[in-house]
Amino acid sequence: MNHTIWTRPFYYVFAFLIASISIYPILLMVLSSFKTSAEIFTSPLSLPKTFNLDTYRNLLEMIPFTTYFMNSVFVSVVSVLLILITSSLAAFYIARFTFVWNNIIFFFFLMGMMLPIKLGIVPLFILMKDLNLLNSLWSLIFMYVATGIPLSILILTGFFRTMPRELEEAARIDGAGNLRILWNVVLPLMRPALGTVMIIQFIQSWNDFFFPLIFITDDLKKTIPVGMLSLFGEYSADWGALFAGLTLASLPMIVLFFIASKQFMEGLTQGAIK
Amino acid sequence: MKPATNSNSVVKIKKERNWKRWTIHLFPIPALLIYGLFIVYPLFAALTYSFFDWKGIVRGEFVGLKNFKDLFTLEPFSGLFWNAFGHNILYFVLQMVFQNGLAFILAYIIYKKVKGSEFLKIAYFLPRLLSVIVVGFLWKLILNPNYGALNVILEKLGLEQFQKAWLGDPDTALISIILVNCWYGIGFGVLIFLAGLQSIPKELFEAGKLDGADGLSMIRKIVLPLMVPSFMIMTVLTFIQSFEAFELVYAMQGSQGEPYHSTDTLAIYFYRLAFGGSAGGSTTAVGLGSALAVVLFLFISFFTALYLRYMQKKQVDM
Repeated sequence: MNHTIWTRPFYYVFAFLIASISIYPILLMVLSSFKTSAEIFTSPLSLPKTFNLDTYRNLLEMIPFTTYFMNSVFVSVVSVLLILITSSLAAFYIARFTFVWNNIIFFFFLMGMMLPIKLGIVPLFILMKDLNLLNSLWSLIFMYVATGIPLSILILTGFFRTMPRELEEAARIDGAGNLRILWNVVLPLMRPALGTVMIIQFIQSWNDFFFPLIFITDDLKKTIPVGMLSLFGEYSADWGALFAGLTLASLPMIVLFFIASKQFMEGLTQGAIK
Repeated sequence: MKPATNSNSVVKIKKERNWKRWTIHLFPIPALLIYGLFIVYPLFAALTYSFFDWKGIVRGEFVGLKNFKDLFTLEPFSGLFWNAFGHNILYFVLQMVFQNGLAFILAYIIYKKVKGSEFLKIAYFLPRLLSVIVVGFLWKLILNPNYGALNVILEKLGLEQFQKAWLGDPDTALISIILVNCWYGIGFGVLIFLAGLQSIPKELFEAGKLDGADGLSMIRKIVLPLMVPSFMIMTVLTFIQSFEAFELVYAMQGSQGEPYHSTDTLAIYFYRLAFGGSAGGSTTAVGLGSALAVVLFLFISFFTALYLRYMQKKQVDM
């Protein structure tokens, strides 16, 4: 291409400039978490003088971070498992059978991908109150499963449809029931699609802070994101601890990302363009 | 899709299936129940709520369209509504330009195979991994007028005249939030556009080259037309997201739209009506809030319908 020769250096500068804007705030967050508040206020941009972990020690004394962490793990893991189970059952039904209402059911689920559920938060609040789920982690789990189902069904149905039926039919002739076929024959072949669903839904439920903001007031039932809210509410002057809190809150996801960055990026993209 | 050769075995399978037939209908039930109860029901309920008078979260009498009328004609409600609506529009426009526009350019650069493109992809995507509340709080610290990194950097660069109380000034607060949102979302846009670019058949470029097309006309004649689906997806997603904008605004400025309602969005205003703090005190206005939810819902649904129609068409094409 004619333009290549003189545009290439410009490309580089531009692309890496934006990349540094993307990374720098996160780097700043991590570096600042090793500084005392006084050090942050006097020299906010410099590297920490020592990598001391006092800020983290303080943080763990200020807020029950391990409790938040365990709550987040519980909510995310259970939500993702339930999404995988309910969605593969439904997607199997939609993709593999041709009952007259299948298209309607599929469309009904698909619709949910775009429904702005936050606008139903008042009825949801009353519903959770009636079900006695306020201040219960299950209120969050139900919400993440419900909001995760549409996209997961879309992805799984799409994948089911690309898979040949021969194996299933062979198993059926051998007398296997639907559940057996799904569990033993189909799901093992579905690993890539299940992985995509898992990643998307894990990020969603791990990072969400809207639903716990509304449903959870008990400090010991908070997940990490709302835990940050109380940290910033109560200790807004201790910047060292604030940065440490933000870093700890983000660390699990960043570590997972570096273990499987490709799957993360492909998963999220697929979720949108499927 | 079905292989035509083994119609015999299909008959056998059908017989085999008969007695188990009803159990298969249990398969979609768990998903339907959870989805129906926690997504579909609340949205329908919100619609009915908007026709009633409310005392706190206790339902009063049926008032017809009064809530809607109040929302659009009674001050301060109508003023706050249009104020927030304008902010949502600005949210959408700025995100289209600074998030999606930039994302397209960056995706194109990566597509041209610069060195380090893997690194670039990861770098752009990194912010997307953080919780929105973390993003909001982190930038709140960075934008702090006294100790925040941004003003310090400006000072080091000798640009003191640009130092600002970014979030304290009604002129810059909303724009700052939107740009932070762009920072958060740009990597996702890059990936979507990159996937779109990579799906363009290479032969088209070679054909273009043979016809003597240069870089820019190649973009105009080949890339842009074939990227319409990606643009469509990003536009609709950005639209929905900007009209639902809540978390980041809440994290950075709280639920009062500080300063002076300059960062109010419809969702923030809705939250205030529904959960208190609308008229200074803690009084809630569930009826008005529900009316607002219905208006916003219809507004978003209209565009959602367009998107779904497009997706269905795409599936038929495939």
